[in-house]
Amino acid sequence: MNLYSRRILTNRIGVALSMTAMAFGLLALLWILWTLFYNGFAALSLDFFTRDTPAPGTEGGGLRNAIVGSLMIVGVSALVSTPIGILAGIYLAEFGATSKFAAVTRFVTDVMLSAPSIVVGLFVYALAVATLGGFSGWAGSLALSLIAIPVVVRTTENMLLLVPNSLREAAFAVGAPRWQVSLKVTLRAVSSGVVTGILLAIARVTGETAPLLFTALNNQFYSTDMSEPMGNLPVVIFQFAMSPYDNWVKLAWGGALLIALMVLAINIIARAIFRKKSSV
Amino acid sequence: MSAALPAANANAILSVRDLNFYYGDFRGLTNISLDIAKSKVTAFIGPSGCGKSTLLRTFNRMYDLYPGQRAEGQINFHGKNLLDRKQDVNLVRAKIGMVFQKPTPFPMTIYENIAFGVRLYERLSRSAMDERVEWALHQAALWDETKDKLQQSGFSLSGGQQQRLCIARTIAVKPEVVLLDEPTSALDPISTGKIEELINELKSEYTIAIVTHNMQQAGRISDFTAFMYVGELVEFGRTEELFIKPKKKQTEDYITGRFG
Amino acid sequence: MSELTTAVPFDMPVAVDFHARQVRKFKWQDTIFHQLTLFFAFIVLVALAGMLIALAVQAMPVLRQSGPAFLWTDVWNVPDDKFGALAAIYGTVVTSVIALLIAVPVSFGIALFLTETCPACLRRPLGTAIELLAGVPSIIYGIWGLFVFAPLFAKHVQPCLQAIFGKVPVIGGWFAGPPIGVGILTAGIVLSLMVIPFVASVMRDVFETVPAQLKESAYGVGCTTWEVVTGVVLPYTRVGVIGGIMLGLGRALGETMAVTFVIGNANRIVGSLFAPGTSIAATLANEFGEADPGLHISALFALGLVLFIITFLVLAMSRWLIQRGIARQGR
Repeated sequence: MNLYSRRILTNRIGVALSMTAMAFGLLALLWILWTLFYNGFAALSLDFFTRDTPAPGTEGGGLRNAIVGSLMIVGVSALVSTPIGILAGIYLAEFGATSKFAAVTRFVTDVMLSAPSIVVGLFVYALAVATLGGFSGWAGSLALSLIAIPVVVRTTENMLLLVPNSLREAAFAVGAPRWQVSLKVTLRAVSSGVVTGILLAIARVTGETAPLLFTALNNQFYSTDMSEPMGNLPVVIFQFAMSPYDNWVKLAWGGALLIALMVLAINIIARAIFRKKSSV
Repeated sequence: MSAALPAANANAILSVRDLNFYYGDFRGLTNISLDIAKSKVTAFIGPSGCGKSTLLRTFNRMYDLYPGQRAEGQINFHGKNLLDRKQDVNLVRAKIGMVFQKPTPFPMTIYENIAFGVRLYERLSRSAMDERVEWALHQAALWDETKDKLQQSGFSLSGGQQQRLCIARTIAVKPEVVLLDEPTSALDPISTGKIEELINELKSEYTIAIVTHNMQQAGRISDFTAFMYVGELVEFGRTEELFIKPKKKQTEDYITGRFG
Repeated sequence: MSELTTAVPFDMPVAVDFHARQVRKFKWQDTIFHQLTLFFAFIVLVALAGMLIALAVQAMPVLRQSGPAFLWTDVWNVPDDKFGALAAIYGTVVTSVIALLIAVPVSFGIALFLTETCPACLRRPLGTAIELLAGVPSIIYGIWGLFVFAPLFAKHVQPCLQAIFGKVPVIGGWFAGPPIGVGILTAGIVLSLMVIPFVASVMRDVFETVPAQLKESAYGVGCTTWEVVTGVVLPYTRVGVIGGIMLGLGRALGETMAVTFVIGNANRIVGSLFAPGTSIAATLANEFGEADPGLHISALFALGLVLFIITFLVLAMSRWLIQRGIARQGR
C-alpha cells in the first residue's frame, strides 16, 4: 500500500468515526426523548393538571400542586435574579473595565455558572432554612435565584460589551448622564440579547431538582403560601420515580415530560427572539 | 504663545493653548495652540494617526470615558477652561455636539432619537417638542423623508439618512459648536454631497469643526484648515491660502499628494 | 417659535438656573447609579463567596472530630456517628472518569462532524439540536437511566462484558458481581450521555475559532480532512479543547440527578464497576432530608464542601485554560 492510499484510508476511517459518533450521540438522545414522550404522554390527562398528588398506593390524582408550586418558585426567582443580574452585569461592563473587584466578581460568577447546584441547596439550607425556621417556597426561590443570577450577569455583561463604543460615545455626546446612557441607550440596544439570557436562565432553573430538595422540600397538598414547604415538579418527579408505586411512577413520567417540554419551549423562544432581533 | 494664529482670533469661540494629550505614556498631541472661529467651518486634515480625531475629541472631553487618556493645557470656551477637572462634562457635551464616522442612531424611534437629547436640559411641552423635532429634521434636510414615519426605528433609515438623523439629533440640542469626525467616510458619494450641502447651510448658525481624510472636501466646505502631522499642528490658516500657497514644505507635499 | 431661534448661551444667567439644576441632578443620579450597580455586583460576589464560608462553618463539627482523616476514611455509619468521605469521593471521581472516557471521543467526533464534514444544510439544525439537548434537565437522564437503560444493561450488556473480560486478570475484577443494572458503571454511562451535548457544543465553538485561511491553506497543500483536523485544528485549539473537557468534568462531578437514580446508593467501595456505590451529590440528595441535626448533618455539609472545592478547582482551571486559549488565538 503506498503512502497516498494509506492517507486516504486514514481519512476515511477518521471521517467514518466522526459520523459514527454523531449517529451514536443522536440515537442515544433520540432514544431518551422517545421513551420520555412515550411514557409521558400516557400519563397526561385532564386529571394530571387539575388534581393534586395522590397518597401512596392510591390510584388517580395529578400534579396540580406541583405545577403551581414550580411556576411560583421559578417565577419569584426570575423576578429576583433579573434586576440583580442586570445591574451587576451593567457594573461589570460599564464600570468594571479596570477594577480588581470587577475582575474577581467576573471570575467567581464564571465559576458559579457551572458549580454543582446541590451545593447551592446546601448553602441556602444553612442560610435560610436552618436559621429562619423551616423549609419554604421562598427558600426554594432563593436557591434557584443563586443559580440564575450568574447566567444573567454574564449574558448582560457580554451583550453590553458587544455594543460598539461609538454608540456609547454618541449618547454621551448629546450630554446624557451615565445612567441614561446605560439604561436608555446601550441596554436597550442589546435588549433582545439580555432577554434571551434571562429566558435561558429560567430554562436552566426550571429543571433544577437538587437545590429544591432541602429548600422548598415538597408538599402533597395544594398551597400557594410561599412561606410553607411547597410542592414542585422536580422534587415530586424524584420522589415518585424512586417509589414502588406504579401510579406514582406514571405521574413521574408525565411530570418529566412536562418539564422537558417547558424547558425546550423556553429555549426555542429564547433563540427565536435572539435570531429575529439580531438580524436587524 | 504660538505665533501663527490667524486673524479670526478676536472672534474665537474655542481657544486651544498648549494642549498636550496622552494615551497612557504615549503622547498623542504636542503643544497644540489654535483658535476655532465662531460661525465658521474649520477643517482638520492630515494622514491617519496624525491626531486630528484625538484633537476633536478633546473639545467635548470624549476621552474622559477611557481610563489612561488625559489632556493637559487649556481649551477656553466662554472664559472657562474645558479641561478643568471641575467642569461638568455633560453640559459641555450638550453645548459642543458631535457626529461620528459611522451613523449611530439610538435604539429608539426617529422622534425619540431627537427628543432624547433635548429632554436632558430643557423642559418642553408636548407641542413644543413636536416643533423642535420637526425643526431639527428640517435643518438636517430629513423632514420630507421621515415626516410619515417618526415612530419607526432609527435603524429603518438608510446609511446616509441615519447620518443626517445624527446631525439632526445633535442640532436639536442647540449646541454652539458641532464637531464632525469624518462624517462622510462611511457614506456613498450622493449622501456625502447632501451632508456637505448641509454643512454649508449650518455654518451661519453654528461653529463647525470637521475632521476629514478627504482634502477636496476640506477645500470645498471649510473656511479655515489645520494640517496636522504626528501629533503636531504643522500649519493653520485660511483654507484658500493653505491650499494655494502653503507656507510649510510638509503641507505642500501633503496637499499635492507627494507625501511619503 | 422664539425658543427655536435663540440658542441658550453657555453661561447666560437665565439658563444657568435650570441647567445648573439639571447638572446637579445628573451628578447625584449618576453617583447613585454607580453605587447601585456596584452594590449588586457586590451582593453577587458576597453571596457566592459566602457559600464557601457557610459550608465550612457547618462542616466544622465533623472536621473537628475526625480531622483530615475524614477525606480518606471509607466508613459511613450513621447510627454510630462515624463518617468518612472516601466512598463518596471514590464514586464521584470514578463515575466522572467513566463519563469523560466515553463523552470526550464522542463529543470530539460530533464537533468534528459539525464543523468539517457535515453537509451545509444539516449543520445548523444538528448544531441547534445538540445545543437544545444540552439544556435538557438532568432529572430526565436519571429517570430514563433507571427505568429504561439499567434493565436493558443488566439483561444484555453486563453478561456480555463478564463473558469477555471475566477471566482477564485485574480487569476481570472490574466486571465481577451480579449484573443488577444499577451501579457505578451505569451511572458513568448515563452521566456521559448527559455531558456529551454540553462538551460537544463547547468543542464545536472552539473549533469554529480556527481562521478559515489557516484551514484553507492546509487543504491547499493537499491535506485530507482528517489531517487538517489533527494537524491544524487540534493543535490550534488544544488549550480551548482541554478547557471544554474540564468544564464537562466540572458538570459531571457535581451532577446530582443523573447519578442518584442509577448509582445504587451503597456507601462503600467495591472494586467492581457493576457494584452499587454512591457519589457525593447522590449521598446528599438521599440522606440530607432525613438526617438528624448533629454530626450526620455536619458530615453531609463536609461532603458538600469537598465537592465544592473539587469542582471549584476544576472549573477555575478550565476557565483559565479557555481564557489562555482565546488570548493565544488573539495574537
